[in-house]
Amino acid sequence: MEAVLGRVGLWFLILLLAIGAIIGAQDSGFAAHATIIAIVAFVLIWVTAGRYDPMAKAQSLFKMPTGPETYDDDPVRWGVLATTFWGLAGLLAGLFIALQLAFPVLNFEPYLTFGRVRPLHTSAVIFAFGGNALIATSFYVVQRTCRTQLAFPSLARFVFWGYQLFIVLAASGYLLGITQSKEYAEPEWYVDLWLTIVWLAYLAVFVGTIVRRHEPHIYVANWFYLAFIVTIAMLHVVNNLAIPVSFLGAKSYSAFAGVQDALTQWWYGHNAVGFFLTAGFLAMMYYFVPKQAERPVYSYRLSIIHFWSLIFLYIWAGPHHLHYTALPDWAQTLGMVFSIMLWMPSWGGMINGLMTLNGAWDKVRTDPIIRMMVMALAFYGMSTFEGPMLSIKAVNGLSHYTDWTIGHVHSGALGWNGMITFAALYYLVPRLWKRERLYSLRMINWHFWLATLGIVFYAASMWVAGITQGLMWREYGVDGYLVNSFVDSVAALHPMYLMRAFGGLLYLSGALIMTYNIWMTLAGRIREEAPMTETPHSDAADRPITTVPAE
Amino acid sequence: MANKPTEGQRVDEPTGTEFVGHEWDGIEELDTPMPRWWVWTFYLTIVWAAVYVVLYPALPMLEKGTEGILGWSSRGDLAKDMSAADLAQQSFREQLAAIDVVKLQDNPQLMQQAVAGGAAAFKVNCVQCHGSGAAGSQGLGYPNLADDDWLWGGDLQAIEYTLIHGIRQQGDDQTRSSIMPPFAGVFSDEELNAITDHVMSFSKMANSNPLGAEIYANNCASCHGANGMGDRAQGAPNLSDAIWLYGNSRAQIQSQILAPRMGMMPKWEGRLDPVTIKMLAVYVHSLGGGEDVMEVAEDPAVNPDEQP
Repeated sequence: MEAVLGRVGLWFLILLLAIGAIIGAQDSGFAAHATIIAIVAFVLIWVTAGRYDPMAKAQSLFKMPTGPETYDDDPVRWGVLATTFWGLAGLLAGLFIALQLAFPVLNFEPYLTFGRVRPLHTSAVIFAFGGNALIATSFYVVQRTCRTQLAFPSLARFVFWGYQLFIVLAASGYLLGITQSKEYAEPEWYVDLWLTIVWLAYLAVFVGTIVRRHEPHIYVANWFYLAFIVTIAMLHVVNNLAIPVSFLGAKSYSAFAGVQDALTQWWYGHNAVGFFLTAGFLAMMYYFVPKQAERPVYSYRLSIIHFWSLIFLYIWAGPHHLHYTALPDWAQTLGMVFSIMLWMPSWGGMINGLMTLNGAWDKVRTDPIIRMMVMALAFYGMSTFEGPMLSIKAVNGLSHYTDWTIGHVHSGALGWNGMITFAALYYLVPRLWKRERLYSLRMINWHFWLATLGIVFYAASMWVAGITQGLMWREYGVDGYLVNSFVDSVAALHPMYLMRAFGGLLYLSGALIMTYNIWMTLAGRIREEAPMTETPHSDAADRPITTVPAE
Repeated sequence: MANKPTEGQRVDEPTGTEFVGHEWDGIEELDTPMPRWWVWTFYLTIVWAAVYVVLYPALPMLEKGTEGILGWSSRGDLAKDMSAADLAQQSFREQLAAIDVVKLQDNPQLMQQAVAGGAAAFKVNCVQCHGSGAAGSQGLGYPNLADDDWLWGGDLQAIEYTLIHGIRQQGDDQTRSSIMPPFAGVFSDEELNAITDHVMSFSKMANSNPLGAEIYANNCASCHGANGMGDRAQGAPNLSDAIWLYGNSRAQIQSQILAPRMGMMPKWEGRLDPVTIKMLAVYVHSLGGGEDVMEVAEDPAVNPDEQP
């Protein structure tokens, strides 16, 4: 009873603070965010008071684990659903802004302009879709590879719901025009502070679980998860150091200025790619690929060397985003050479993933989930080759500021992050909800081909668009004057933008099929369908011809 | 690829490789050595990086970074390219600087180069308002530079002057400037409709009427002229042609009477060098509506001849 009263009082205090913030807000955006927090606090008061039951306590609402004999999978289940939901939202926003670029009339002032929906798209796919996938799979994997329950069950629930609040505040902020104008770090100071709290709680849950493991060694996937969590905490805090204009207003100013701010931003931005989208998803790969293939990991030695070299080298590569800028030449050079050295450490993960299929390559034909994983690793390898190549100054002089960069990011994001996440979701859903199998395996195959074709359209059109832009911008006539204006290059790209939007539509269609498949699996349905492989085999015929011995 | 099996370690059947011996949730690891090509390529990139770091500016020191034994710098690279480009254009720019813009027509080759240079500068500096084809925007108030309707004059000197000083540019007392007074609250609805009809009658879009004609004579004719022909000395637009900067619908014309919008063009003196401004003037003049300078200079009221 006292605990419940205390909790209600805490929510009530937050509600009062939020209402105070609404009243004193310096700008409408901050007031809108305070309203969201007030609504959350109110719902929590209502739910806490309404569900008051001394015996069940929070178990009914937050589904605390009932005993030590099962893994604590509820946060994982919520995470799988959140990943699916935010994935659809993020892909839809992406398709919308792709269409905006092809048809500018689709910019609806003020909330749905490209400038506001674009960070909504990037944050929704990276932090909402990717972030939820990482949190959910890390909770799933760390329990199983440590053979223990999550260390702090209530903190794990706080991590999940706190992270969703962060997403809602970030997403609504973009549409309201609240941004600190740092790419991939757009949320303002108070949202950053909230994420810091959530992230430290996440670190505590993860490390706590590893500490109480019942295995002598820490599995390689957990090294990668830990590197991801620790480094993101550091990057997030340093890059978001800022001084708010008012404690009741959304606006803040960065602690850094000029080129230092730019360098800090790209140290953050590039390592968000390195540690969020690479290390974190390699962790997923290191668990789900060997599980799905039922094969041992290819090389323990390779995993050690490529882990440490990846972690050490990645953190230096950020300056390659600032080639030919005010950044001093020496820093540009370091960014470039570290990016080149990063090539093989990145490929170590691809080799270890692909070669794990040694002895099970036939599954590429029969198992659409394995097929997705192989495609994910292939795109991982391709984009981690393309990245070092684009970091070379001579190449960068052509590619920088063009759509080539956009194409590069998407071959990594759609091909690697998207595909490996879809594969992990397909692996997790029947196991988490105790189903015999997924609703349909053939639908995974459809998803695979739609997604693959979508990426091909996307990446190919952006290569052509980027090289077209780069060449048009630098084209000089015989008299020594620029031949094209910027808008000439925009007009030239229109067909490429249409193809890119079509690719995005295909990719989104695949994700819709996955959502339907997961939905039906949760509903307990199993689709009657022909198996994926039905090549007839006859043992009697499968032998060399021998002459019948004369009798 | 397989290692020689040692005592006691299990061997993976399909690959013939030893297991390391750890197991997590059913996942085991093989003790495969790192692929040699991987290791050697990795070493190669490290060696390449070390060499590159010596050759190029790379290492931060107390005062500044190392400069690299090749002595390369991105600023030096740019300066080299720029001076080569400048050198290639030097004699042309010197000739252009020396020649009076009006005399340029006598030198077709120089003229052609100036038009090319103006076209390039136009793409960078002017297309944002006037459009890539210089057609401007009727409705938004960006004048079409390719037709023969000029607010402030369309001969080479007039265009160059507009480029140098801008239009309604604050802080430049030589800028071209004029004000159309707002008439909001001055006219009754009937009067507003009458004056609108009269203005539209100049271009045969409506019929004139005595009231409108009277209001026009009292309020508008001093700038726009008795017949709505406009006055270039004050930049007053010609109301008798088919060109309307802010639209030709009745509502748009009325809004321009009640709360007129007046366009602003920045001055380019100080932002572009005189030769580039000269090239821009020549380019704009060449777009189709350029006028002969002599006739206009003698008497602005005379309808100038078209350039042959």
